[in-house]
Amino acid sequence: MKGLLEICYLIGSVTFIAGLKMMGNAKTARKGNLIGAFGMTIAILGTIFLFESNNRSALTIGLIFLAIVIGTAIGWWRAKSVEMTKMPELVSMFNGMGGACAALIGLSEFHHNLGHTKELSFIVAGMVIGTISFSGSIIAYLKLEGTMNKPIRLPKYNILNNAVLLGVLVFSIFVVIQNQTLPPVIIWLLFVVAIVYGILFTIPIGGADMPVVISLLNSFTGLAAAFGGFLYDNKPMLTGGILVGSAGTLLTLAMCKAMNRPLSNVIFGAFGGGNSSASDGTDVKGTIKDVQVSDLAVMLNYSKKVVIVPGYGLAVAQAQHIIHELEKLLEERGVEVKYAIHPVAGRMPGHMNVLLAESNVEYDKLVEMEDINPEFEQTDVVLVVGANDVVNPAAKTDPSSPIYGMPILEVDKAKNIVVNKRSMNAGYAGIDNLLFYNPKCSMFFGDAKKALTELVAEIKQL
Amino acid sequence: MEIFDFFVQNREMIYFIILAVFVGIEVIGGVPTVLHTPLMSGANAIHGVVIVGAIIVMLDTEPDNIFGLALGFLAVILGTLNVVGGFVVTDRMLEMFKKK
Repeated sequence: MKGLLEICYLIGSVTFIAGLKMMGNAKTARKGNLIGAFGMTIAILGTIFLFESNNRSALTIGLIFLAIVIGTAIGWWRAKSVEMTKMPELVSMFNGMGGACAALIGLSEFHHNLGHTKELSFIVAGMVIGTISFSGSIIAYLKLEGTMNKPIRLPKYNILNNAVLLGVLVFSIFVVIQNQTLPPVIIWLLFVVAIVYGILFTIPIGGADMPVVISLLNSFTGLAAAFGGFLYDNKPMLTGGILVGSAGTLLTLAMCKAMNRPLSNVIFGAFGGGNSSASDGTDVKGTIKDVQVSDLAVMLNYSKKVVIVPGYGLAVAQAQHIIHELEKLLEERGVEVKYAIHPVAGRMPGHMNVLLAESNVEYDKLVEMEDINPEFEQTDVVLVVGANDVVNPAAKTDPSSPIYGMPILEVDKAKNIVVNKRSMNAGYAGIDNLLFYNPKCSMFFGDAKKALTELVAEIKQL
Repeated sequence: MEIFDFFVQNREMIYFIILAVFVGIEVIGGVPTVLHTPLMSGANAIHGVVIVGAIIVMLDTEPDNIFGLALGFLAVILGTLNVVGGFVVTDRMLEMFKKK
């Protein structure tokens, strides 16, 4: 039966690669995900029924199915019930669960492999990486939830973190080498130290950078799974783990690139909420105009071309549906409407697309930054809703700004700019926005959902 | 030289790792930013394959080793959460990308 199991594993490995590849294209993405899920099911069922073990018993099989039923029920329910704005939190949580699973495998296997250095190094590596991913993901989850909003900076945290990391490494090597002279309980101590490091690693990083951290922890869990694959010489664990490890790392770097910040800057931190001194120093000159809903309605109604710049503020206010209504209404009146999507709009790259797609905005109307930027010159009105840093001209003009160098949506080229915001508070990066003082710009204050509802009602009367 | 012995003994494995790393990079390369979030979520589901290890732990544990079974049981629950939650939430995201 070993041959059949190997075929199951081959199917698993191939579907992971093919599935992930298909997920890179909008047309095939959904199918790709389902193919991956199919391969996973084959690999899991194959292991349960065909894996050779002397301790196989009806009790364990029953317990395995019970655990799978419990996990499926909770996972399915959470995945289906969560609001789409909360999705980054959920991904973080699921990632943490995978990390914890890897950690528990290491904790279980340690005692059985005393004296085998090669196996123990895989076990300890998988356990430590899985644990860091677990505790880091939980902190990331809490930060995104808002429970732990502010970055917590212990004094000299960079030195402290690196010291703890070094400690974890030395301790791990020590445990592997000295395993026969140490009490086996030592692995639990290492587990605790790894938990502490995961927490220390994540707490100094601001909420805005959490997606990058989640993506990084995602590749950590992949790596932990790969070490499990080495231990058992299990091909789907190896393929899946290494695949996610390398793809996840690349994705992390791509996210950093979209924000024009090196990864080291995210981890060792310059901004992400803590440093606001640079922004306070910026002298802001000029005045801010605001626009009344009736004037804005007329302005939009008689425009030829309107570009909407949605930001996370739009999602928080649950205004995705009303913005779609506004778009449809304007299109009926003969106005060309498009959405300009900054790569980091929302809380994750592509998050805004998901949120707008949820309210049935057509995929073709969502235009990426590089494609929309040349169009702003022919745009009559840019309506910025709940976005801030991604339209801040300081990214191009002010070398002292923490977001300097980040590519932005060049909305200041449009004929008119209208910004909907709740208040004059700074954006996620904690810096003032010079755009608001641009003579072409006017502010449309209010909660996005409420303000846009009024706007739609006003346009309907025209 | 021990290091050479190690290389000779694990040659297939080393090739496997290097190729898998390149496949990972290749698979992600050139993906539009629009798809980054679903892709990350999908990758998240795939590393849930660690559940296979948890199942092996349980199958290898003696039926009278209550503590060992409990650890394995918990690991399988967590692994399932990762797999099922990951695939379902990814599907939910991608469902919305349907082109009209």
